[in-house]
Amino acid sequence: MGHEGVEYSYVSEVTGPLMIVEGIKGVAYNEVVKIKTSSGEERTGQVLEVYEDKAVVQVFEGTRGLDTRFTSVRFTGETMKLGVSKDMLGRIFSGTGEPRDGMPPIIPEKRLDINGQPINPDAREYPREFIETGVSAIDGLNTLVRGQKLPVFSGSGLPHNELTAQIARQAKVKGKGEEFAVVFCAMGITEEEANFFIRSFEETGALERTVIFLNLADDPAIERIILPKMALTCAEYLAFDLDMHVLVILTDMTNYAEALREISAAREEVPGRRGYPGYMYTDLATIYERAGRIKGKKGSITQIPILSMPDDDITHPIPDLTGYITEGQIVLARDLHNKGVYPPIAVLPSLSRLMAQGIGKGRTREDHACVSDQLYAAYAEGCDLRDLVSIVGEDALSDRDKAFLRFADEFEKRFVSQRKDEDRSIEETLSIGWELFSMLPVSELKKIDPKYIEKYLPKKKREESEA
Amino acid sequence: MDSNVEGRIVKISGPVIEAKNMRGSKMYDVVRVGDENLIGEIIRLNEDVATIQVYEETSGLKPGEKVVSTGAPLLVELGPGLLTSIYDGIQRPLPQIKQATGDFITRGVEIPSLDREKKWRFKPSVKKGDRVVAGDVVGEVKETSLIVHKIMVPPGVEGVVEDVVDEGDYTVLDKVATVKTTEGKMDIQMIQRWPVRKGRPYIKRLDPTVPLISGQRVIDTFFPIAKGGTAAIPGGFGTGKTVTLHQLAKWSDAQIVVYIGCGERGNEMTDVLREFPELKDPRSGKPLMERTVLIANTSNMPVAARDASVYTGITLAEYYRDMGYDTALMADSTSRWAEAMREISGRLEEMPGEEGYPAYLASRLAEFYERAGRVQTLGSKRREGSISVMGAVSPPGGDFSEPVAQNTLRIVKVFWALDADLADRRHFPAIHWLRSYSLYVDDVKGFWEKIGKNWLGLRNKAMALLQKEAELQEIVKLVGPDALPQHERAVLESARLIREGFLQQGAFHEVDTFCPEKKQYEMLRIMLGFSDKILDAVGKGVHIDDIIKLKSMESLVRMATVPNDRFEEEFKKIEVGIDKELGSLLKEVSGNGS
Repeated sequence: MGHEGVEYSYVSEVTGPLMIVEGIKGVAYNEVVKIKTSSGEERTGQVLEVYEDKAVVQVFEGTRGLDTRFTSVRFTGETMKLGVSKDMLGRIFSGTGEPRDGMPPIIPEKRLDINGQPINPDAREYPREFIETGVSAIDGLNTLVRGQKLPVFSGSGLPHNELTAQIARQAKVKGKGEEFAVVFCAMGITEEEANFFIRSFEETGALERTVIFLNLADDPAIERIILPKMALTCAEYLAFDLDMHVLVILTDMTNYAEALREISAAREEVPGRRGYPGYMYTDLATIYERAGRIKGKKGSITQIPILSMPDDDITHPIPDLTGYITEGQIVLARDLHNKGVYPPIAVLPSLSRLMAQGIGKGRTREDHACVSDQLYAAYAEGCDLRDLVSIVGEDALSDRDKAFLRFADEFEKRFVSQRKDEDRSIEETLSIGWELFSMLPVSELKKIDPKYIEKYLPKKKREESEA
Repeated sequence: MDSNVEGRIVKISGPVIEAKNMRGSKMYDVVRVGDENLIGEIIRLNEDVATIQVYEETSGLKPGEKVVSTGAPLLVELGPGLLTSIYDGIQRPLPQIKQATGDFITRGVEIPSLDREKKWRFKPSVKKGDRVVAGDVVGEVKETSLIVHKIMVPPGVEGVVEDVVDEGDYTVLDKVATVKTTEGKMDIQMIQRWPVRKGRPYIKRLDPTVPLISGQRVIDTFFPIAKGGTAAIPGGFGTGKTVTLHQLAKWSDAQIVVYIGCGERGNEMTDVLREFPELKDPRSGKPLMERTVLIANTSNMPVAARDASVYTGITLAEYYRDMGYDTALMADSTSRWAEAMREISGRLEEMPGEEGYPAYLASRLAEFYERAGRVQTLGSKRREGSISVMGAVSPPGGDFSEPVAQNTLRIVKVFWALDADLADRRHFPAIHWLRSYSLYVDDVKGFWEKIGKNWLGLRNKAMALLQKEAELQEIVKLVGPDALPQHERAVLESARLIREGFLQQGAFHEVDTFCPEKKQYEMLRIMLGFSDKILDAVGKGVHIDDIIKLKSMESLVRMATVPNDRFEEEFKKIEVGIDKELGSLLKEVSGNGS
């Protein structure tokens, strides 16, 4: 349209993360803007709303130092794009997609629109390939499969970073030596946390298979809006162009949502719950729905977003809307953490929606589904009885109830708990489950097919019950 | 009519744009936006400025680009080929989009909803000289092995058949009949078009009397929905809305199923697409896909098309209803639809109602659910058809006091309340028996009493037992179960049996996923019979702990998984077993007593 390269200097208003540019022509919605401050510094922005002669622009690096007199603006004529190439592996990028590790920029194979496009539901392959994370509470009860999006709902002070790093380190698909990669997208976390992850990737030699997008706590908050989009664009390239299995870790989504709220407030939009914009569900969906598999393509994108629930409140809009989009959730609980259980996974509110199709004969083991059901049921019963005991005392319980009470304690100690470097196979996980079942009367194992009881329940126990 | 209104974009803000020079266009007219011909719909007119919601991504659109009105509202195409299809929110076929543009959905794709090339075997059912009115069937097409598609005279047309083609293969655009009306000749094709926001006409509404059997015990027996009824299924995430709606789509005895994935997960639609062609209808043995139309507008697809998807779906359902079919429509989730309304309303800077939702939320929901119903259709042959609507509601934080859930409950007759506590302990379906209700219980009584006598009495007795259990649980929380009298503990055990053996149902279990009516009735009858017997036994001095240990208890809990083709004899054995075991317990106490 001929306006590219033209510098305008009609910034009429700067407010919060936004500025309004007037006297423009032919500017497109969502177009990228290059901004030059009076001191000559370059910044990047994006058009949020456009009229015939004026545009509302969000400035990613913040509006500090912008003025309404000397600041000049150049519209680039294209929407936000990210140059991608295989050489991104092992590199660290900033919130605007520039290298952050002091190395030269990559030479892109392709330039892709960071907003991506929705996968046609008809082109999706249903995810059902079991990923063994080596963590019993996940593999046994909330199984992760390739192409799933399974967030970790955590709270401040809980070991979500340790758990996620452990998953990233241990995750594998049985019997396959396929190419994998990790895309790590850090939004507003501290440098210390970022270094923890980088070190953890380094130790296992995974760093050269990792692409890191980094926006630290003291970096401009608005960059967090585009960071996950860039990370996922890179992941899509690795997965669907280069046939890799990509694990995307997004942390912390709460910071992303806060940035979204900041922009919404600056635009004076009608707020939804707790001041978050009414379109937050759709906006989060455009991130989470970029996980998946595509028919006929080898690669996959599996997402583990981490979000800290403000005040551990699972009904807060961020975890709430996330839970409605993702395929389950892993919930960390403070009381387990305080009891010294690592990982402190609260199994009752945790869920993996894609589990049913990813487990069973030929995938994990034939008895997996009923072991998982029975563990859930027995643990839930045990937890109920704990409430009762706090009122009536343990002596008032029947022997059957006492068995369930003990079961719940042992379940947390032996099944959920494990070392930070402990990599349990699915067989180990299931056999711990069976050992725990031997604490209960066989007649209480109602969720299990008798033929599996025959086959898997430790022998001693079976004889006992027959005697 | 000036349908060639052409304006220019003056403002773009997300999915909403404004264009000027639009005088002459009408509210809800469909327009083509920009150089890429994106599809949009006019949602506000002010002098010559039109506000338009765009059904596709608007990135890169510029002020100054043209906007052309088509002069017509949003229409769907109706005709053979709908079944087994999967469409997006504005009825574009997703498999064909995939062929045209690859694995990702790009913009500006234009593909007809119904295949223009495909030939269908048309068999006329009128002859020259016949008098026909709107709704009369001029011919039939075998659309799938399950469904005969009736080609009907479109609403508003009436006259004498002047010409009708012989039996043969025709495309949807070929003329199959000509009707001479008072206004001239009217060609009838197999395809019809209808504006989605307007309900299709019928003669009159009929009362619902027949239940929609879903094979789900807690629904069919406790909270039934009638054919032509409406139901809402609210629940927080992870409580099983989608699984329950999938179960209803799979096993309900409707002849046609329209499933709308409205702003939900892509993989869930893939799950349906993968599973339905493999699953067999338990009644006909044919693949379930042959009676199903899917509408998929996943959460990351454009938000305006999400609003349209609901109307597209119900219009397709009405079309099959008009043929005389019992149609079931599932909308997952109506909350996402309401959020789409809220988002568009916010962009219009309308004065918000409760929680930012537009003030017209309640009336839009009511209009939608009112399109359900059992009706006498147009046409001289007096067909009956129905649409049953089941909508999921996703309340924020699982709190049912929010506007979408509350406004929905004011309209629907059945409420299946999903409960997070039940879901946490993997009691599925997590429909809470004390909070849910159905206003159709009395309407469907007649149907059920033919299955087994005193059905309503049994149902109400079970409900009373569960209510009693809830009261007793309050006491147990304070004093522990052992402190209760024997009789009360027997009540608790009976209620537990109903909960674990009857209300719980395994959606992924090969047998339990579908439970026939007769089996449901028998299970309930035997369980309540057992309850009576143990209450009687504890009255005579049998200790409840001895009853809990009985083998019969276990066999009662496992009744659900007894294969559907031989449950009758198995259940007889169970009943005999109960009598024997209880009998010997009774003998012991009476022996001790004497």
